[in-house]
Amino acid sequence: MSTPVVYMDNNATTKVAPEVLAEMMPYFSELYGNPSSMHTFGGQVGKKLANARQQIASLIGASTDELLFTSCGTESDSTAILSALQSFPERRHIVTTRVEHPAVKNLCEHLDKLTGHKHRVTQLPVDREGRLDLKQYEESLAEDTAIVSVMWANNETGVLFPVEEMARIAKSRGILFHTDAVQAVGKVPIDLSGSAIDFLSISGHKLHAPKGIGVLYVRRGTPFVPFLIGGHQEKGRRGGTENVAAIIALGKACELAASRMEEENTRVKALRDKLENGLLTAIPHAMLNGHKEERLPNTTNISFEYVEGEAILLHLDQFGICASSGSACTSGSLEPSHVLRAMGVPFTAAHGSVRLSLSVYNTEAEADYVLEKLPPIIEKLRAMSPFWQSAHKGSVGGASCKCQCS
Amino acid sequence: MWEYTDKVRDHFMNPRNVGEVENADGVGEVGSLACGDALKLSFKLDTDGRIADAKFKTFGCASAIASSSALTEMIKGLTLDEAARISNEDIAEYLGGLPKEKMHCSVMGREALEAAIANHRGTPLPMAQGEVVCECFGVTDLEVRRAIQESNLKSVEEITNFTKAGGGCGKCHERLEAILREVHQDLQKIIPDHRPARLTNIQKIKMIEEVLDREIRPALRKDGGDIELVDVDGDFVVVSLRGACGTCKKSQTTLKEYVEKKLREQVLESLIVEEAKS
Repeated sequence: MSTPVVYMDNNATTKVAPEVLAEMMPYFSELYGNPSSMHTFGGQVGKKLANARQQIASLIGASTDELLFTSCGTESDSTAILSALQSFPERRHIVTTRVEHPAVKNLCEHLDKLTGHKHRVTQLPVDREGRLDLKQYEESLAEDTAIVSVMWANNETGVLFPVEEMARIAKSRGILFHTDAVQAVGKVPIDLSGSAIDFLSISGHKLHAPKGIGVLYVRRGTPFVPFLIGGHQEKGRRGGTENVAAIIALGKACELAASRMEEENTRVKALRDKLENGLLTAIPHAMLNGHKEERLPNTTNISFEYVEGEAILLHLDQFGICASSGSACTSGSLEPSHVLRAMGVPFTAAHGSVRLSLSVYNTEAEADYVLEKLPPIIEKLRAMSPFWQSAHKGSVGGASCKCQCS
Repeated sequence: MWEYTDKVRDHFMNPRNVGEVENADGVGEVGSLACGDALKLSFKLDTDGRIADAKFKTFGCASAIASSSALTEMIKGLTLDEAARISNEDIAEYLGGLPKEKMHCSVMGREALEAAIANHRGTPLPMAQGEVVCECFGVTDLEVRRAIQESNLKSVEEITNFTKAGGGCGKCHERLEAILREVHQDLQKIIPDHRPARLTNIQKIKMIEEVLDREIRPALRKDGGDIELVDVDGDFVVVSLRGACGTCKKSQTTLKEYVEKKLREQVLESLIVEEAKS
């Protein structure tokens, strides 16, 4: 395609930073040794891994021995939750939220079949702006709660949960706390040194490292049972030869993220705000999904009423603009995003949601380009929507479906 | 990303006949905002009773818009009887095919056409006469039956792809399977659904008790043990081990490796045996 790509789907995945790519390349070619080997050729790779581990630990205020490398965020999530259940086999209760990523949500919903034991899973609801009720959270903790798993930042709306406070509450009750922080790491400052968080999941490809690398932080002293059993790698906590090049890449990406944290929270945030305000002003019957303040600096999720998300995305695609949607049609299921449904976003809007997620690589010119292209697309689709009539803007017909999914 | 044909892309990017015909002779509306797609079709007849003009308004994804646009092109110049013979398969074919998950978009086009013709003739909507099977998307058994026959559907998943029925809460899956069996009248033709067969709790309890009496209890009694059924909750079978089993260190192994295995073999593959908490 000749159209230049305007990439605003960074919560889905990110570009590998050029500096990161350069750092990892030698480990595919001349430096191919196994870090576990006795010879110097392999051993030099081990030193580089130790360096990467330090770079990652620094970004989140952890110690190097508190990190173990996994293949992805999903593996980190599964490892943490299944470890807690095995550490406390008599505890069969889990607290999580209705808006978790499928990596946590689907795992919790399938635990019974997986473990052969019956579990109770409390999925905490969220309010209209996607926030949790801490009082309700405290009340949900029970004698037999094995672990709490709550995401740091929501992938669809960017809404941040007060996980540090929630971890303290869990700790005071003797309950382990896991957070899926794949969207938060690198975008907002995280310091685990004084925190009560026991497990934290990281995914490399969300912060400009390649796909196929994840990290699980396990706080020193937290009981741990491995998920992949095999060799002595990661001190026996995760078998399998290290994905050397990707680990080195992630180390570099974390170093870069630390140096760009301020830019992310100033320039990128301002760009996001400009884009968001521009769209909400230019397009009537558009609404923001998620709390305006308590969220990631790079994410905006906007619903355009009476139009359907997939149609919007395909029009954007013609202009090279990459975004995503919580509409039913984009997911292949027939129902819109579980996150928007949990927030009580009306059906009139849930099907027409668009998420734009930025990175430090986005420019002012790109934001202007989207501001120029998107409003006419909505106008065009509304003109052919039977629910939109320009004479009396607003609903015609509407939600007559007897769905139980609301 | 969906694999759309060039024709689908063309009809989506440059839809034909968008709008509403003035002083229409027939108007048909199907779908709703809640369901995620909706189509309003209107047409005008000429003096020979042929469709002179047809227009649409659609809320939905690319394939819904393309199907609507294709439909309006297809029906122009036809008599109502000719138009009524257009099936959803014809619409999909006109577009060079649709992804199977999107076939319901072509079905929506066809149903809007039927609604518009019924509106013109003042007759009730044929498909709406049926009994609603899928509450989530308001699909009747008549729509499901017709889709099974016309498109030779062989599984619940295919029914969902074509009609949306069963794509919401999933409560109607058993009913859909029953309809599938009725239509095919031949169990052999049906691809078995991967979901486990449903038994009522009473049936389950009866079968479990039978297996306990026939095989499990006699075996345990040989070793001085016994077993009692405490509760059945969905797939969970809660039992209490008695006698020697109650104090045996290997009781967990007995429960999983023997009792659970037997019950899974003879009652239901998905059963999970748990020991009652004392």
